[in-house]
Amino acid sequence: MGTSPPDFSGWTCPIPLRDYDRIVLGHGGGGQLSAELVEHMFIRAFGSGEELRDSAVLAPPPGRLAFSTDSYVVRPLFFPGGSIGDLAVNGTVNDLAMSGAQPLGLSCGFILEEGLEMAVLGRVVDEMAEAARMAGTTVVTGDTKVVNKGAADQLFINTAGIGLVPEGIDVRPDRATPGDILIISGDIGVHGIAVLSQREGIEFGTGVESDSASLNGLVAEMLRVCPDIHVLRDPTRGGVAASLCEIASAARVGISYTDSLLPVPGEVAAACSFLGLDPMTIANEGKLIAIVPPQAAEEVLAVMRAHPDGTGAVVIGSITENHPGVVVAKTAFGATRVVDLPLGEVLPRIC
Amino acid sequence: MKYLDEFSDPVLARRLFAEIQRITTQKWAVMEVCGGQTHAIIRNGIDQLLPNEVELIHGPGCPVCVTPLGMIDKALEIASQADVIFCSFGDMLRVPGSARDLFGVKSRGGDVRVVYSPLDAVALAEANPHKQVVFFAIGFETTAPANAMAVYLAKERGLKNFTVLVSHVLVPPAIEAIVRSPTSRVDGFLAAGHVCSVMGTWQYGPLVAKYRVPIVVTGFEPLDVLQGIRQVVIQLENGRAELENAYERVVSERGNQPAQAMVSKVFDVCDRQWRGIGEISGSGWCLSDDYREFDAEARFDVVHVDAPESDICRSGEVLQGLIKPNECAAFGQQCSPRTPLGATMVSSEGACAAYYQYRRLSGTPVGV
Repeated sequence: MGTSPPDFSGWTCPIPLRDYDRIVLGHGGGGQLSAELVEHMFIRAFGSGEELRDSAVLAPPPGRLAFSTDSYVVRPLFFPGGSIGDLAVNGTVNDLAMSGAQPLGLSCGFILEEGLEMAVLGRVVDEMAEAARMAGTTVVTGDTKVVNKGAADQLFINTAGIGLVPEGIDVRPDRATPGDILIISGDIGVHGIAVLSQREGIEFGTGVESDSASLNGLVAEMLRVCPDIHVLRDPTRGGVAASLCEIASAARVGISYTDSLLPVPGEVAAACSFLGLDPMTIANEGKLIAIVPPQAAEEVLAVMRAHPDGTGAVVIGSITENHPGVVVAKTAFGATRVVDLPLGEVLPRIC
Repeated sequence: MKYLDEFSDPVLARRLFAEIQRITTQKWAVMEVCGGQTHAIIRNGIDQLLPNEVELIHGPGCPVCVTPLGMIDKALEIASQADVIFCSFGDMLRVPGSARDLFGVKSRGGDVRVVYSPLDAVALAEANPHKQVVFFAIGFETTAPANAMAVYLAKERGLKNFTVLVSHVLVPPAIEAIVRSPTSRVDGFLAAGHVCSVMGTWQYGPLVAKYRVPIVVTGFEPLDVLQGIRQVVIQLENGRAELENAYERVVSERGNQPAQAMVSKVFDVCDRQWRGIGEISGSGWCLSDDYREFDAEARFDVVHVDAPESDICRSGEVLQGLIKPNECAAFGQQCSPRTPLGATMVSSEGACAAYYQYRRLSGTPVGV
């Protein structure tokens, strides 16, 4: 034909990912579609520091490692102040931070429902990447599976994280000691109420936005002024009530807090009041509970308040040798109330 | 919160506590009828701060707790059926029937949904014409108007796939049953403010006159409850028995007339079983003849389903303040918040459940 033969070196399929506006089963099949999804979706957002191989290889500095995993199945996927994407990063970063660890890297597994809009996945992935950037870490390895329509609810995410616990740090629930001071880093209940306000069948108007945030920066500051912090806990599912009950039980100590010191924003209190819920059992995604030796409390509180993720930090109570294993609230009138571990899912009261 | 915080003011509360202390000269047993009031009392520790002479007896006013076992078993049987969407208020899901609860049904594939309004269940029926949508219509006079409205709308719209499982209960007959009991220790009642906001106060005058017992219509914020207690104690100390309204910002004598009209259009008064108490004549509402086609019991053929109440549970006596929870042999043994036998252990604020929690606080082994 008189022209030179075509040069296929460096050729890639000209069909761009955007030609599929929805996830099809083939995106999880391990073939070309899978590869395109990795290249155009995940590497685009998370980056790739080295050649693609079956596992990430990390070179940790000296110290102890923290390792945590969590799965995210939140509905709706997007809610005021956050999405399943930033929760999936922040949740795991925070689980590491509650052991005093800074993240070295995260893994990410997606389970995608056939038919999921590509744009939805794109938005989730972008928000994961942004959350990782904010936390100063990266998603270093991942996996994707696609299941038949109806076998999952749009998308599920699992993340795992490896973090480094600096020398001299020993943060764990059973170190709560009588005399310790109980601090909470800010307003409680906002995440749970933000999500509830968007849930099908319950929608209500509120200006409440999720507090979803990674707390490793705040924790680093706190540990800098007090390496001997005894306990850190992010009060997610079950809220502050569940976290306190678990700590009291693990350390065999009593925990006492004062109702009127709890930072409950007006809109959360209002929503809880008409839904018949208790702000203490509502999930948080950007707050922590700290239990610190009394002599360090003031300094820890000061650095928390100076940090963007802890501006609302307050002391709400203390650890006591009385009533071991039991959490007790002091009411505004000066009486007491036993705070119990919520039995399961938080349910609205009718009366 | 504006208009709510004012009714929790600790300074005003201290004044009310001090006044109740000052005016009380002898022992009085006051029953708060409504579960919402019990919630305010337990949450704020009001019972701990009253003078020792004033004893609060937590009444039968939690609709979830008094729904009889047999009715819950009917709900479980209906919810287990294929092609049924079973809708319920949230806290009903974990109330155990004789074998399991609605969560258990859901885990086995039952389509059980929490709704906030019965009208949401009507909307579900319209959106799912090939499913049977059933709403568990429980509650006192407070929830009845909206539940009646749901049935009324379903009829207006010609819905053939919507039914209600009705277990409505009424406050005045329950008060009368308690006050007539020869063993009753209750000297005065705090009537349920929200019930009265619907029904008015007129239903209670005859009870006061007939049984010479003070009844004070009372709200739900801590200061409302304290004000109600104060007014009952003043009456008792002065030998008076009158109907008073301590919740005037919400409750009128005649109540919400359109709501009452809707209820009487859809419901008729009937006898009703109360968990832990037994049958109280004329203490419930069921569908009237005009709306019988919306009766889930008939549509799903569960009329025969029944379950015997526990024969060791003494929650009826606890409810009336006749025994303390730990005097029941089952307390802390067969009966605990995880495995409740009676109404008073089902609710976290029931007398037995509250007692169970405080046993933990005092370090006393539960069940001793």
